Amino acid sequence: MKFRVRGAWAAALSALAVSGCGRGGAPAGDPGLVKIVSSLPRTGSAAAQTGTIVNGIRLALEEAGGRAGPFRVAYEDWDDASPQRGDWDAAIEAANADRAVKDPDVVVYIGTYNSGAAKVSIPKLNAASLAMISPANTYPGFTKAGLGEPNEPAVYRPSGRINFFRVVPTDDLQGVLGAEWVKKLGGASVFVLHDRELYGKGIADLFKAHAGKIGLRVLGYEGIDSRAANYRSLAAKIAGLAPDWVYFGGTTQSNGGQLVKDLRAAGFRGRVLVPDGCVENAFIDSAGAANAEGIVHATFGGLPPEKLTGRGAEFYRKYRGRFGAEPEVYAVYGYECALAALEAIRRAGRKDRAAILEAVARTRDFEGALGRWSFDENGDITLRTMSGFVVKDGGWSFREILGGP
Amino acid sequence: MGGFEAFLQQVLIGLSNGMIIALIALGYTMVYGVLELINFAHGDLFMLGTFLALTLVGALGLEGPGGLAVLLAACPAFCAGLNWAIDRWAYRPLREAPKMAPLVSAIGVSFILMNVGLFWGALPMEAFGGGRAAAAPKDFPALVSNADLLGGALGAGVRFTGKELLVWAVTLPLLGGLTAFVRWTRLGMAMRATAQDPVAARLMGIDVDRVIGATFLLGGALAGFASVVYALYTNTISFQLGYRAGLDAFTAAVLGGIGNLPGAALGGLLIGLVRAMSDWAIAAEWTQAIVFAILILILVFRPSGLLGARVREKV
Repeated sequence: MKFRVRGAWAAALSALAVSGCGRGGAPAGDPGLVKIVSSLPRTGSAAAQTGTIVNGIRLALEEAGGRAGPFRVAYEDWDDASPQRGDWDAAIEAANADRAVKDPDVVVYIGTYNSGAAKVSIPKLNAASLAMISPANTYPGFTKAGLGEPNEPAVYRPSGRINFFRVVPTDDLQGVLGAEWVKKLGGASVFVLHDRELYGKGIADLFKAHAGKIGLRVLGYEGIDSRAANYRSLAAKIAGLAPDWVYFGGTTQSNGGQLVKDLRAAGFRGRVLVPDGCVENAFIDSAGAANAEGIVHATFGGLPPEKLTGRGAEFYRKYRGRFGAEPEVYAVYGYECALAALEAIRRAGRKDRAAILEAVARTRDFEGALGRWSFDENGDITLRTMSGFVVKDGGWSFREILGGP
Repeated sequence: MGGFEAFLQQVLIGLSNGMIIALIALGYTMVYGVLELINFAHGDLFMLGTFLALTLVGALGLEGPGGLAVLLAACPAFCAGLNWAIDRWAYRPLREAPKMAPLVSAIGVSFILMNVGLFWGALPMEAFGGGRAAAAPKDFPALVSNADLLGGALGAGVRFTGKELLVWAVTLPLLGGLTAFVRWTRLGMAMRATAQDPVAARLMGIDVDRVIGATFLLGGALAGFASVVYALYTNTISFQLGYRAGLDAFTAAVLGGIGNLPGAALGGLLIGLVRAMSDWAIAAEWTQAIVFAILILILVFRPSGLLGARVREKV
C-alpha cells in the first residue's frame, strides 16, 4: 500500500515536471531507469567552475554509454544558487534535496560545491538512504569528529548510516599543509582572515591553530563582511602591521578578490594564501591579474588536471577534445564522482537506494582519474595529495606537491 | 606607523568611503523629501551606472583625464534619464494609490534592475572577461593612479592617493552645488515647497509633477556620479553591489534625518568614518553591528535623525 501511495505521488510530481515539455520521457518508477542528479551553484560567479564539473559528469556518463549495469542512467543538472545571492542559497539547496528524495528514480546525489549547502542537504538525504557524493566539500565536520561542532558528524546521520562521501581531501589537511607551506616559503608572520562561513572560518581556524604550533606569528584574526564595498580600512591596518603573509579562508564569492586588491592598494608587500575555494579563474578576474600575479598562492586538494596521470591524463585529453576548453580544477572531481556513482550502481545491480548506498560505501581500490583510491569508514577519500598553486601569467599555475598519498 | 598616523589614515579612508555613501544617500533623501517614498531601486540604479562605466571603458578604450570626463558626463546622464523614466512609468501612475503601492513597485523595480545587471554582465564583451561569468565580480581598470600625493607630509604611513583625490574632487563640489541649487534657484525653491506641502504648492501654481520629475533627474545624476567615483575608487563592480550600497545610503539618510539634504551628507560621512574606525580599532566582524547599533541609539534619542526637522504630520 505504501508503495502505491508513493507511486501516485511520484506520478503527480513527474506530471508536473514534464508538463510543458510533452510526456516523451519514461514514466516515473520505470524499473530500467535510474537517475543521478547534481546540485551545484549554477548561477553566480561559481558558475564557470561548476560548469566544468557538470561537463566532467556528462563525460563520464557518455563514456559509459548512458548505462550502468542493467540500467539506463539519466542525469539532471540542478542549480542551488539564487540570483539574489549570486551564490548558493540554503532554501534552494533544501528544496533540491527534498525533490531528490521524492523522485523515486534518483539514486545518487552529486553535490554540493559549498560546504554550507551540504550542511542543509546531508541530513535530508540521509533519512532517505540516498547516497551523496561531493566533488568539492572540504569541511571536516561532515565526516570527522572533533574538528567541527561537538554534535558533528552524528547530526548528519539521523538514520545511523553514513550517506555522505567525498572525493576531495578535507580542510584539516588543507589548513595544516597551508601553514606548513607558508613556513616553507619563508614566512614568519601571518594575518588570518575569514569570511564567517562554515567553510571559510573552518579552514582559517585550522590554519591558525597549526600556524601557532609551528611557530608562525599570528598578528591578527578577523572575519570580514563579504558584502562590504571595500576593505581599505582593514587593508591599511594590515599593511601597517606588515605581516609576511595574509591568509584568507573564503571563496571568490565571499569577496576574496576585492580583499587582495585593497591589500595591494594599501601598500601591503607580503603574499596572500587562499584555499581551494578561490582556485578558479573568476578569482583572478575579480582581484585583477596584475594585483594577484606572483602574490596570491593557493592550496588545493589533489592535482591540477594537466598533472594527472593514467586515467586522469586520459580524462584531460578527452575533456579538451569534447568541450574544446580547458577544464577548471574541479572538473575531474565531477568526473570522479560520476565514475564512482556508475560503478556503485553497477555493483548494486538493483534499483534500490539502500543497496546502492552500501555499494558506494564499499568502493575499494577504485581505479579512477585521481589514481587508485577507496572510501574510508567515514566516507572520505583515501588520497591525501594536495598541491600548491601560484598566480602566474594571469592564471593558476601549479607550483609544488604538498603532503603525500 | 604610529597610532596617530594610523588614525589619520583611517579618517581619510573613512571620509572617502563616506562621501560615496553620501552621494547615493542624497538621491534617497531627495525623493523621500518630495514623495515620502523610499526608492529601493536607487541602489540598483547606481549599480547600472557602474556597468555603463565599465562598458564605456571597454568599448571606447577610455584612459586618463579625457576618459574620466567622458564617464563623468555619460553615467550621470544615463542614471538621471533612467531614474526619471522609472518614476514616469513605475511610480507616477501610483501617485494617488495608498503609500504601500509605490513602495512595492520600488522593490519590484529594484529586482528588475538587478537582473538587468546580471544580464548586462553576461554580454560577451572583452571588458567583462568575454562574458565568462555573468555574476562574477568584474575588475574595473585603474584609470586613476593609486600613487600617494602627500609624499609623507602628514607622516610616513599616511597615504592620500589619486583615487581619494578623485572622490573628494567630485563629491565636495556636488554637495556644495546641490545645496546652493536647492536654496537659491526657483526649481530648488519649488522642490522645498513641494516637500513641505504638495497640495499647497500646487495651489501656489507649482507644477508638482514637473518638480518631482526634476527631483528624480537630479537624484539619478548624483547616483551616476557616485557610480563613476565608486568604480574608480573600489575597482570592482558586481550586479549585487546595489543592495549593500543602497542599504548603507538609506541608513545614512535616516541617520541624518530623512528628507534633509545636509543630513544625508553628514550621515554618509559618519557611516564611512564609523566603519573605518571599527575596522581599525575593533575588528571587521563587528563593523556592521556597530553601524546599526549607532543608528538605533540615535533614532531612540532623536527619532527624526541628526539634522531632521520635526516629523511632519499629514492628515
